[in-house]
Amino acid sequence: MKIDKSTVLHIAHLARLEVKEEELNQMQEDLEKITDFMDLLNKVDTTGVEPLIFMTEEINVLREDNAVESITQKDALKNAAHKDSDYFRIPKVKG
Amino acid sequence: MKDKYEVVVGLEVHAQLLTKSKAYSSDLNEYGAHPNTNVSVVSLGHPGTLPVMNKKTIEFAIKLGLACHSEISSHQYFARKNYFYPDLPKGYQITQDKTPICTGGFIEIKGENEGQKKIGITRIHMEEDAGKSIHDVDVYDTLIDLNRAGVPLLEIVSEPDIRTSQEAYQYLTEVRKLLRYLDICDGNMEEGSLRCDANISVRLIGETDFGTKVEVKNMNSIKNVQRAIEYEVTRQIEAIEKGEKIDQETRSFDALKGITISMRTKEAANDYRYFPEPDLPPLYISVDQINEVKKTMPALPKELFVKFKTDFGLSDYDAYNLTDNKSLALYFNEVTKNTTHYKVAANLMMGEVKSYLNELGVEIDLFPISPIVIAKLSNLIAEEKVSKTVANQRIFPELLSNPNEEPIDIALRLNLLVESDENNLKSYVVQVLNENKVEKERYQNGEKQLIGFFMGQLMKVSGGKADPKQANSILRELLESSK
Repeated sequence: MKIDKSTVLHIAHLARLEVKEEELNQMQEDLEKITDFMDLLNKVDTTGVEPLIFMTEEINVLREDNAVESITQKDALKNAAHKDSDYFRIPKVKG
Repeated sequence: MKDKYEVVVGLEVHAQLLTKSKAYSSDLNEYGAHPNTNVSVVSLGHPGTLPVMNKKTIEFAIKLGLACHSEISSHQYFARKNYFYPDLPKGYQITQDKTPICTGGFIEIKGENEGQKKIGITRIHMEEDAGKSIHDVDVYDTLIDLNRAGVPLLEIVSEPDIRTSQEAYQYLTEVRKLLRYLDICDGNMEEGSLRCDANISVRLIGETDFGTKVEVKNMNSIKNVQRAIEYEVTRQIEAIEKGEKIDQETRSFDALKGITISMRTKEAANDYRYFPEPDLPPLYISVDQINEVKKTMPALPKELFVKFKTDFGLSDYDAYNLTDNKSLALYFNEVTKNTTHYKVAANLMMGEVKSYLNELGVEIDLFPISPIVIAKLSNLIAEEKVSKTVANQRIFPELLSNPNEEPIDIALRLNLLVESDENNLKSYVVQVLNENKVEKERYQNGEKQLIGFFMGQLMKVSGGKADPKQANSILRELLESSK
């Protein structure tokens, strides 16, 4: 499948990735390789075959509804680039 | 002009579930905690962490599905809804896309002209809440509190069956009532534990295609949902009449101004890139499991409504009022186990009991008098041992301070039993006639309506205790015979 530059930029924007102009070609190429491979897979006749969604046979892996305190507020905030004593701080987002 | 148009509304309701822990991790699910204290590496979205599904969420979803007559799906899996927002640390919401736990069903609402109307349910699915962004505290920064991140939600999507803002109001009232009866969500729209988005469009009557729909958000009360729909409908009709095209967009309701405002963003086209959530194995729900949940289902408002109406002979109005609130309905249900004077008991509940609760702003859980005592008081009134006025104004307040005393003992202690001794009644009547000679003469000259005045005086001198029927006949008798 042909991937054009605007598609690359759109995907990058959705993930809030900054793509430099010189990286754009490489990315475009990589994505095309990936989609080409998908196209190849799509050629296989899968009529009547249930889609395989999970690689595991496990089902219903559940937990009881018990609350556990696992980390402190201090630890929760520890790796944040910007924070105060209570909150993660980020540049203003429009509400 | 408006008469030419038909309103089409579908509602999406998000209900925060009353589980102890979050949907996919064990951090505490609790409103109003100190910021960023109810978090874990899972809800913070740290790399390498894995979600594990909370059993209770599934049970709650099945409960609501059963209450809405939905089909509970046997095989399902979760999906990732990808979008970038700072209060969503993982970068995706774990939700259900292609396999919602409940499909179909309906919720009955009070329709116009006392009829019932069914609003179809498209689907109910399980998902998680995002954290909270606080924009208005700091000038430069947005503050993020992730206590809410990962709180389990049920999203309830209605069919576009709603035709008036009033129906939307009724529908939301019923949804909230169901959630509260099932004890799965506290239904508090002001605190955001119940939220509603409305998809609103209009079309010419008779048109089969839908008009362009507008999604309205940020309505923090059922009344505001109604107001937003009313505003939006007028706006859309006026635009169409002017020959304008309706934009498919998201608008926000401004409760102060009572208007909706476009929330145009650059990323207008939602591109959520849903795909199956690989971290949560599929979920199979057996018929046995559904039957287990069925056994734990409480009586629902509709069932109690029908019971109060058909078994107890109450009016639609009484039955509706008594089932409006779960704990009140269950309390009344207890009362009826100890009296057969249902209407008298219902009047007591909706009169004295409700005013007491309203005055103090409390639920019936904090009401001091037990259902059995209310039943006994109802019996006293129904058997005409005490008058309604005496019961309401004397015995009821006395019971509030002595909830364990028998109503009959209070009546005896305070000498409140209905006076039906003929001689005593006669002496009251004589006293009243002596004290009101002018009125007596007017009555005897033909002003028969003065009987009401004499009865009032009689009740006054007897302290409300005179048996009204007996007293009335003695009064008439003496008025006639003393001409």
